Amino acid sequence: MMIRKALDLWVGFFVALGAAAILFLALWVASSATLAAADGYEVKANFGNIGGLKVRAPVKSAGVVVGRVADIRFDNESFEAVVTMNIDRRYAFPKDTSAKILTSGLLGEQYIGLAAGGDTVNLKNGDTLKLTQSALVLENLIGQFLYNKAAEGGDKK
Amino acid sequence: MMLARVATFLEALGARVNGMIVRLGFASRFFWLMLRLSGTSFRRFRLTIREIYFAGVLSLIIIAVSALFVGMVLGLQGYETLVRYGSADAVGTLVALSLTRELGPVVAALLFASRAGSAITAEIGLMKATEQLSAMEMMAVDPIARVAAPRFWGGVISMPLLAALFSAIGIFGGYLIAVQLIGVDEGAFWSQMQGAVDLRQDVANGIIKSVVFGVAVTWIAVFEGYDAVPTAEGVSRATTRTVVTSSLAILALDFVLTAFMFRGS
Repeated sequence: MMIRKALDLWVGFFVALGAAAILFLALWVASSATLAAADGYEVKANFGNIGGLKVRAPVKSAGVVVGRVADIRFDNESFEAVVTMNIDRRYAFPKDTSAKILTSGLLGEQYIGLAAGGDTVNLKNGDTLKLTQSALVLENLIGQFLYNKAAEGGDKK
Repeated sequence: MMLARVATFLEALGARVNGMIVRLGFASRFFWLMLRLSGTSFRRFRLTIREIYFAGVLSLIIIAVSALFVGMVLGLQGYETLVRYGSADAVGTLVALSLTRELGPVVAALLFASRAGSAITAEIGLMKATEQLSAMEMMAVDPIARVAAPRFWGGVISMPLLAALFSAIGIFGGYLIAVQLIGVDEGAFWSQMQGAVDLRQDVANGIIKSVVFGVAVTWIAVFEGYDAVPTAEGVSRATTRTVVTSSLAILALDFVLTAFMFRGS
């Protein structure tokens, strides 16, 4: 009957609208930036201090996101932080790549920056990076600055 | 004398709490019964479609208009605060994250509870008061299968769609204010938002929340209608109870779900 047809039309329109909204949110608002574990290979790195680095922080090289931090642990033998990174399978890095903990912007979130080395052999799943640089801790910087200032003052006398 | 007054008070309190617990048990059995008798809602899908129309389609206007205004307010307030720290470009991120994670599911559910939930309760309560439910039982038609279950599934199906619509229209409202009216850079607005909103973390979690809210709100609405005192006053009190209980349930569930989903890494 006529009333039924209008009902179906409106319900169909409503469901289509809702599905379109979900699609809009999924495609234009969000980014599925999280790398699936299968699409990457794992690389470890030891840091003296990871600062504010968190799991799922980006791993960038030349400013482009090439992977994500998968795990952060503490090694009770070497008393260093062991960071496991999941790097996209499309990008191969040489064995002597170095990792630095950098901050995006002045007070932004921290991420790992990879600088490629010159080795002919590439990193494999499960390798550990040899060259790392820890995060800058603000308190240490201020302490160093004050110490230098005091040393200068002492020299002048 | 004082002791007697305190004793009566405690007795009354205990009786009320006891009554609430008994009612909760009854509601849970009702829920289980509804799920078991859901076959009819899907075999005669026409019934469910009618309920999706009455719960979902008729809520479209209030959801859309509220979403537009919520998005615009978020854009405005967000801009005012962010511009003080030179981060006006992040207003897109602010609007999108607030909506997809929290405001979309919660506010849509609250509006749904007030509009569709109270309508469902009133409808079923009136059916009970005019003895239509008893008449159905006489004809060997299970009222739960024929009346309650389709309304339950109608609400559960409509809720996530309404929540997604709320988020989408809200983001559009934020865009209207921030980019068109105030003049935030359009490219920065969308690109920062895309960088910050994660599909699995934010959008999917928001949709999961709205499904949970849909189940809770519709269950409460259907049960209150079914359990209403079959008088005019009883129906009106049941409708009020639906809105109040649903709103409290939504906010409590929101906290529990947020704690689960967005615990700091």
